[in-house]
Amino acid sequence: MSLTQILGANLLSPIPLAFALGIFARIIKSELQLPKDIYAGISLYLLFALGLQGGVELHHAKLATIAMPAAVTLLLGCITPVTTYFALRRLGRFSVSDAAGIAAHYGSVSAVTFIAATTFTKGQGAEPEGFMPTLLTLLESPGIHIALAIGALNVKTSTRPTREVLHEVLTARTMILLVGGLIVGALMNENQWKVIEPFYETKGPIFRGALCLFMLEMGILAGARFSDLKKVGAFLLAFGVLMPILHGALGVWLGSMAGLSAGGATVLGAMAASASYIAAPPAVRLTLPDANPTLYLTSALAITFPFNIMFGIPLYYEIARRLAHH
Amino acid sequence: MKTTTLTLVTIVAEEVLARELTALVRDEGATGFTLTECRGEGSRELRSQGMPGGNTRLEVIASDEVADRIVARLAEHYFASYAVIAWLSPVSVVRGDKYLRPGPTG
Repeated sequence: MSLTQILGANLLSPIPLAFALGIFARIIKSELQLPKDIYAGISLYLLFALGLQGGVELHHAKLATIAMPAAVTLLLGCITPVTTYFALRRLGRFSVSDAAGIAAHYGSVSAVTFIAATTFTKGQGAEPEGFMPTLLTLLESPGIHIALAIGALNVKTSTRPTREVLHEVLTARTMILLVGGLIVGALMNENQWKVIEPFYETKGPIFRGALCLFMLEMGILAGARFSDLKKVGAFLLAFGVLMPILHGALGVWLGSMAGLSAGGATVLGAMAASASYIAAPPAVRLTLPDANPTLYLTSALAITFPFNIMFGIPLYYEIARRLAHH
Repeated sequence: MKTTTLTLVTIVAEEVLARELTALVRDEGATGFTLTECRGEGSRELRSQGMPGGNTRLEVIASDEVADRIVARLAEHYFASYAVIAWLSPVSVVRGDKYLRPGPTG
């Protein structure tokens, strides 16, 4: 399949379509909205399922096969906040707080983008490695801390001790569900997993169906920020698309070098390209109070996230396929 | 019934501050508090464009001194950078001792 065919197939698959429906509903000012608790419940289910399945796979994986991918993941976690920060400071002339705030978002990872990339590659028949959720947890926190540290070194930040920020990021529900799920999954024996597998199987109908509903709400959330797009300026608009392409390509390349399959490298690329909008915003708001929330929330949620879901993931897959052929 | 006049401190702030503010009021000598989720808009433009989640309303009944210290800390650390408002009002309560921590600070 050519890139355009893959792009077309992706756009007409349930996840981007549900997402687009959410955006559309918001644009026409529909009152449609997932009840807050259902949204929280679905996100809990998705993350826990991801962790569990990753844990079950981790049980079988050899340390040697994970070591290199884990190392490049940590490397990515250190690179992406720095490149983001300097691009925004030097080229975009953003203030230290704003640049560091946005860098914390782009250095961290969006779990939903990860899930969408996993689902996409599985659909293309390029099954990513089972231990990918482990890499997701590795990429979650270094970026936030590096970016906040850059900010703290350069401007007067709030008086919160680093220990508190660290505690907040490490005990966030995303981390507990993912890391906890990984541990529970790894400890479980095969027969016990078989009993609950139909419910948690990330390739299964329940997981994918729940993901569609979740993407509908993500579309509504992203759509709600579209009116802010004109406030953030042309630079950030371009940045929100170009930075993920750069980070995505880097992630795919490093992933391939580390021995990941085309599917795995695609997912790693999508992770590197994504911007967090769950863990990062409160951490940034509390640590860098002078950073403007409109800038980091709009770029992460209304620009980069839709770009990755619609176009980015198929693009990273294409890069991964080409690298695999060489 | 015998009532005592104390001060009710009401703070409305962005939700992200909830944990810090409850620690702050405890730290300044409040014996308890009530926290409610709420919604609203204010003068600060950041709020309406701002963070996911709503506002949080924190109510504390305390002595005048404790109430003053709470508002002073708010002014020092939060008013400049966050969407926060706070006000004081006199209230008549029964069982007045309940709201006062024993010791020199009242």
